[in-house]
Amino acid sequence: MTVLQRPPVELNTVPHRRRGMRGWWEDPWRAPRFLQFITIGYLLWSLLPVVVAVIFSFNAGKSRTVWQGFSFRWYWEDPVRSVWHDDTLHTALVHTFVLGILTTIITVPLGVAFALGVDRWHGRLPSGANFVMLLSFVIPETLLAVALLFLVTEVSQPLELGTTAQVAGLVTFQLSYPVVIVRARLLTIGKQYEEAAVDLGASPIGAIRRVLLPMLAPAIFVSIVLVFADVVDDFVIVRYLSSDGSTEPVSVKIYNTARAAPTPALNALATLVLLASLLSVVLGLVVFRWLSRGERGRSSIESFAEGL
Amino acid sequence: VSATLTPVSPPQADKPRSDAGVGGRIFAWVKRNWLWVVFALPGIVWLLLLFVIPLYVVFTIVFGQIDPIFRTPLPVWNPIEWNTVAFDDVFKHIFGSDGYFGPALLRTLIFVVSASVLCLVIAYPVAYFTARYAGRHRGLLLAALIAPFWISYMMRMLAWVNLLQNDGLINRALHANVDWLSGRPIVVILGLVYGYVPYMILPLYAGLDRFSPNVLEAARDLGAGRLETFRRVTLPLSMPAIIAAVLLTCLPMLGDYFTNDLLSASPSTSMVGNLINNSVLVPGQTGQAGAFVLLVLLVSLAPMLFYVRSARREGLAS
Repeated sequence: MTVLQRPPVELNTVPHRRRGMRGWWEDPWRAPRFLQFITIGYLLWSLLPVVVAVIFSFNAGKSRTVWQGFSFRWYWEDPVRSVWHDDTLHTALVHTFVLGILTTIITVPLGVAFALGVDRWHGRLPSGANFVMLLSFVIPETLLAVALLFLVTEVSQPLELGTTAQVAGLVTFQLSYPVVIVRARLLTIGKQYEEAAVDLGASPIGAIRRVLLPMLAPAIFVSIVLVFADVVDDFVIVRYLSSDGSTEPVSVKIYNTARAAPTPALNALATLVLLASLLSVVLGLVVFRWLSRGERGRSSIESFAEGL
Repeated sequence: VSATLTPVSPPQADKPRSDAGVGGRIFAWVKRNWLWVVFALPGIVWLLLLFVIPLYVVFTIVFGQIDPIFRTPLPVWNPIEWNTVAFDDVFKHIFGSDGYFGPALLRTLIFVVSASVLCLVIAYPVAYFTARYAGRHRGLLLAALIAPFWISYMMRMLAWVNLLQNDGLINRALHANVDWLSGRPIVVILGLVYGYVPYMILPLYAGLDRFSPNVLEAARDLGAGRLETFRRVTLPLSMPAIIAAVLLTCLPMLGDYFTNDLLSASPSTSMVGNLINNSVLVPGQTGQAGAFVLLVLLVSLAPMLFYVRSARREGLAS
């Protein structure tokens, strides 16, 4: 996540190569074929099953395994069981996005403020809080979900199963993303810009608002995209903290019906969420490029990826 | 005259500061830090209320009482009054003669270890290739490697359920009639690998991208062969990344129950996550679920602390 040097030379572009198998074998800088082979194989293996599932969401028939022609039947044409007309599927889709938006709105400001505070306030309490935050990053999600379920069902005053509890739980689990990303960025920015602003007469708040925040914009933006895309896909926390069918998002719907002979409408539902995630990431990448324009160094997708 | 000769003693010079006293020091501290305290406090309170306290609630329920009539747990807040009935019960069923939890725990260990090893075998070459040889296709390749991150885990499992059904594409391609989705350990392990490999590739890539290829060239110049260079230079240098990546995939696997439910749905492949999930929603068994949660927490605490420590060393946390 720190600024790194690019490798100065490409290893596999050494000129005088000997021809033939023997030359290839003895070329000390050849790109190992098996690495290429594994990488391509991995990409096919990881993406093809999903592509097949997406294709079958456009199936005209009821089967998810036999192709019966292209249609939008499971999206909106079927008057009863399409995503658009089946209330339960419809509700799940809307609820997924409601959770995504609410959680992002709370998590990102909370996390950015926490990152700034913990970064600059030195002492036992902030470093302890930072430690706890990192624990929340690596704790197995099931454990946190059960703990929150116990909290809500056994103690709970303000929290109720359903949207409130789900958002509270998701914010807790996602808080670490903006904090880690923003702190990594703070580390590369350093303190000098802020100090210069204060020397030139800015108030501490003014320095943050007019100098630090604009410089943090790419990191904040990556956090927004990351948290939204991750919440939309979340399963463990939202399932335990849901109250009834009306607060079950798409992931829970898939879990409940995947083994119970569903129609391609389930694939259509999953495809729509996938589309939303991908759109937000592509949009994120474009805006990220624009926000971090003029910065030297790594290509945007690499810093974007390292932000993860 | 004598008074003018009295040297200005250090205590006198310090006087203004000691006059300010505790109040002054607090004032100075507040003046220096108030803004950061205001920024950090909401997050600290949030983590306390919704992370630390919930974990404590698990203890109060595991070591608490159960309502004799309604079978609902009665949390006990005072650690002195805790009793270990639920925990003893769980331990009896793990190690005792009627230990029907024991096999599931052992299976969890086997599944998680073999899935992690397979993940590493796949992820390391892919990350290595991307970091070192991808050249101008690097951006595109990275985008494709990140893609599974944005596809919901459930969607990806659904894809495999579709493929592996009795009349699914796999069986039709093989002209076979194999019942893949009922209690086959290999299917569950491969499902775990499929689900968690992306989480391993990215940290590995970040780590491998970090060290300069000059050291590899130096090793080769000094006469080391390909394998020798890998074994004595590349591998030791990438060890921290490997450890971080393995931890990041193992920890969520320890709580996984859904992969199992979707790809097997048979008790013959249940893992500790399934034990938690099967008892957490059953009245009267919340204590048991909590005990398993504590057990997993206990096991994962060391790797969690290790990860946090190495993250701090990298300067992410002061």
